[in-house]
Amino acid sequence: MSTVTADPAPSSTRPGRSARPPRLRRSWDKHWYAWAMVLPVVIVLAVLIFYPLFRGIWLSFTNLTEANQVAEICTRSITGGEVCADNPNKWEFIGLDNYVRVLTGQVGEFWQWTGVTLIWTFVCVACHFGLGLGLASMLNRPMRARGLYRVLLVLPWAVPAFVSAFAWKFIFNERFGLANALLTAVGIDPVSWFADRWTALFTAIVTNVWLGVPFMMVALLGGMQTIPSELYEAAEIDGASAWQRFRNITLPGLRPVSMTVVLLGTIWTFNMFPIIFLVTEGQPAGQSEILVTGAYRAAFEGIRNYSLASTYGVLILSILLVFSLFYRRVLRKQGEVW
Amino acid sequence: MSRSTATPPTADAVAGPALADSRRVTRAGRSRRSPAMSVLLHGTLILASLIAIGPIAWVLLSSLKPGYAIQSSELTLFRDTTLSNYSYVLTETNFPRWFLNSVIVAAFTMAIGIFLSATTGYAVSRFNFPGRRPLMMVFLVTQMFPVAILIVPIYTILARLGLINTMPALIIAYLTIAVPFCAWMLKGYFDSIPTSLDEAAALDGCGPFATFWRVVLPLARPAVAVTAFYTFLTAWGEVAYASAFIQTDNKFTLAYGLQQFVPQFNPQWEYLTAAAVLVTIPAGLVFFFAQKHLVSGLTAGGTKG
Repeated sequence: MSTVTADPAPSSTRPGRSARPPRLRRSWDKHWYAWAMVLPVVIVLAVLIFYPLFRGIWLSFTNLTEANQVAEICTRSITGGEVCADNPNKWEFIGLDNYVRVLTGQVGEFWQWTGVTLIWTFVCVACHFGLGLGLASMLNRPMRARGLYRVLLVLPWAVPAFVSAFAWKFIFNERFGLANALLTAVGIDPVSWFADRWTALFTAIVTNVWLGVPFMMVALLGGMQTIPSELYEAAEIDGASAWQRFRNITLPGLRPVSMTVVLLGTIWTFNMFPIIFLVTEGQPAGQSEILVTGAYRAAFEGIRNYSLASTYGVLILSILLVFSLFYRRVLRKQGEVW
Repeated sequence: MSRSTATPPTADAVAGPALADSRRVTRAGRSRRSPAMSVLLHGTLILASLIAIGPIAWVLLSSLKPGYAIQSSELTLFRDTTLSNYSYVLTETNFPRWFLNSVIVAAFTMAIGIFLSATTGYAVSRFNFPGRRPLMMVFLVTQMFPVAILIVPIYTILARLGLINTMPALIIAYLTIAVPFCAWMLKGYFDSIPTSLDEAAALDGCGPFATFWRVVLPLARPAVAVTAFYTFLTAWGEVAYASAFIQTDNKFTLAYGLQQFVPQFNPQWEYLTAAAVLVTIPAGLVFFFAQKHLVSGLTAGGTKG
């Protein structure tokens, strides 16, 4: 809590209705402007996020689909009047049925998608962090053309994610893509990337690593520049090798930054919708789907199954919440403040 | 071999060292690196840079080729160079319309998001009021919300309001991402403005609102600009909501419109590549104004909780 400062409150002691209990009254006088400042956001959060969130949780306990969403079925009679009758198959509360069906695998491929999501997240974040750290520590050295390298390496971040997705899908095209052309040029048979689950996932991971490394690199480079250079000088005088300086000064110094970016990166990658959706499109036969895209397809393709998609949504959010609580606890144990 | 002792320590303390400083560092450092290490270092960085720009360059080159040259499996950089893909995309398709739609949606999202969250970022950064910590937690947790949990309820709510297939629907949906993000980012930036300024303003008789409006906001103008840019880019590149909420061709945004060029059967990559280049140029320009300050805001907000 390093940021909290003394309240610059003009301690207005307005005499007036003392109907409210004095403590509440004092707290109101002291904090009303802070509350007024956050009010717009609180309203937006309540209306746009929490109301839909709770509605989504509620929907996951129903069987709402596109087919049974209307409460009444109206038919136009020959005379022109409308006759309305209650929909006999109206959607209703069905308790935990959706969860049971999803978790036992009667509907969809929850466990397969979870497996793919975990592989996807782990590989992507590991590559992001590893490559980002490597590039950042190279760029942190004094050298020629450093600025140029930095600009070039940041470029992938400047491209909107959906454009990158199209670009890589184009490169991995089976008939005329650059990847297969290069493979042929070095004498390897062209690969039909989207016919197999692992090669399809590979293309998506390559795409995501390509567009995610710059963020990590810039973040870690920023972190490295806040490490005081006296530490390095002292280490050098003591005869520490480059590797020892990296291990004992750079890595510990980067801890606060890397904890944050790894958490953010994990969450972002876990929920990374456009790459899988546009690059592999779940090919072959939904086997490279991750949870988020699988849920999306359940909701918006074919007969729209809103309740099922909400169930996936709740499950995904639970996984992420458990993960970040766990992450926090690990950090706490190691003495981090966050 | 990381830092040279010859440089004054301030050069490293300043983030983003000035050009003159870095040149001095260069000279001192290079003399202490063996030639083999130099080659290895530059070689790796050149390779990485090539990988970074390769796909972009390939799309750019492909967009200048006619359709039959793209479809051939022969590997050429230039072939029958032409701008006809661009003129087709700009005149024969709905691309300009999609572009306009994207600009409208992203601009409104950006303006409303910043407007709503600026005071919140300030309040969370400066005042210790009851409810501050939960609010911070909410900002963090909403970053975690998968698109899958909000998209269905928002869809059903908007459908009841008759807003599906309109731009306000997209703006509303994007605000669910933009508002917490902007508040989080701006809090990080406001943290970096010394509080002594607030105190001075308070001594001069400014109330908290006047302090914010007259003292802090003008100082934070670059930060606000960066946050705004980034919000714009997020909305500009969003795919899921745009694919689900918009149904007619003249209301598509770019993220969904571009999918029309490459259906499962008979994809027209030559037009897609041209459109991709046209989409990337403005986004890339905006990005380069914003990126330098972006990460500091994100991570500052995170570590100072």
